Amino acid sequence: MSILTVGTKAPDFTLNVTPDQKLSLSEFAGRRLILAFYPADWSPVCGDQMSLYNHILPEFRRHQAELVGVSVDGAWCHQAFARDRNLHFALLADFEPKGAVSKSYGAYRNTEGVAERALFVIDENGTIVWSYLSPIAVNPGADGILDALEALPDLEKKDGSSQVTRDVA
Amino acid sequence: MGRLKSPVTSRDHIQGSDNAIVTLVEYGDYQCPYCGAAQPIVKQIQARFAGKLRLVFRHFPLVEVHPLAQPSAETAEFAGSQGRFWPMHDAIYANQHQLSITRLVTLAANLHLSPIALRDALALGTYAGKVQADFIGGVRSGVNGTPTFFINGVRHDSPLGVMDLAAAIDQTILTDA
Repeated sequence: MSILTVGTKAPDFTLNVTPDQKLSLSEFAGRRLILAFYPADWSPVCGDQMSLYNHILPEFRRHQAELVGVSVDGAWCHQAFARDRNLHFALLADFEPKGAVSKSYGAYRNTEGVAERALFVIDENGTIVWSYLSPIAVNPGADGILDALEALPDLEKKDGSSQVTRDVA
Repeated sequence: MGRLKSPVTSRDHIQGSDNAIVTLVEYGDYQCPYCGAAQPIVKQIQARFAGKLRLVFRHFPLVEVHPLAQPSAETAEFAGSQGRFWPMHDAIYANQHQLSITRLVTLAANLHLSPIALRDALALGTYAGKVQADFIGGVRSGVNGTPTFFINGVRHDSPLGVMDLAAAIDQTILTDA
């Protein structure tokens, strides 16, 4: 299985973001989105990938992009993990049917039953403009994402008002 | 990805000769236990490679999980402004298990630095910009946790982390020689 490449329309999805709330890709229409698939919550290191991105959120937002993480962990697990790490962005539960969204992006490992460490930058039109598959044991960092965002033209604001960021975490 | 993009400059904290054939850049967080555990290994590496290696330390505080990482980094910079970066760096790691603002002020006093000046610098965020600049440079270079090491500009990616850092440096010396 190989991950979806640049120019592909990002497959839509609707996943639980909290035990009683769902989030769809279509809600990000007109905005830029970083979709970060990762194997599992609770990596036993300080700077695990999601904690790292949590600290880089201001940089992502400065580049006019939102971030969501996706793993096969359930919504309750995500909630506990997000609380423990003080995360300020949404984690989506690709839990039922397990891994379906990860599979649709080509980012699922059948042998382990978890998502790959795969990164996608999706533009305001819902098209994948950058993707990267990291070896499962290597936290890819954020330099590739920021380079990709920097290569995009500035987003024009349609009505001059500042964009409303939904607090979904 | 994973290449050092911020070159080593005179603004950096450097131990070792500018002519060293290996530059080891560490991005670290004073409250991170893995960084604390890496500290004696880094010292061993410095002793072993001696004149062949220079060490650069840059800040990468993970403030959402380590509330004292930022004031600790600013305290090290405060000491650095008076030529005492490395003694403070070592003192903070040696006191990692009992870090607090009070402890940082005590460490300053122990190094004959003004506790009042340190409190002012922390309150005003005098060195916050320097710490932030390190952090952003690290992000752009692909720092992916703490500690992250770069050997001659290449990120050290290994499941063993710091444990096989010396072997990786040996390899770099062989390859680059």
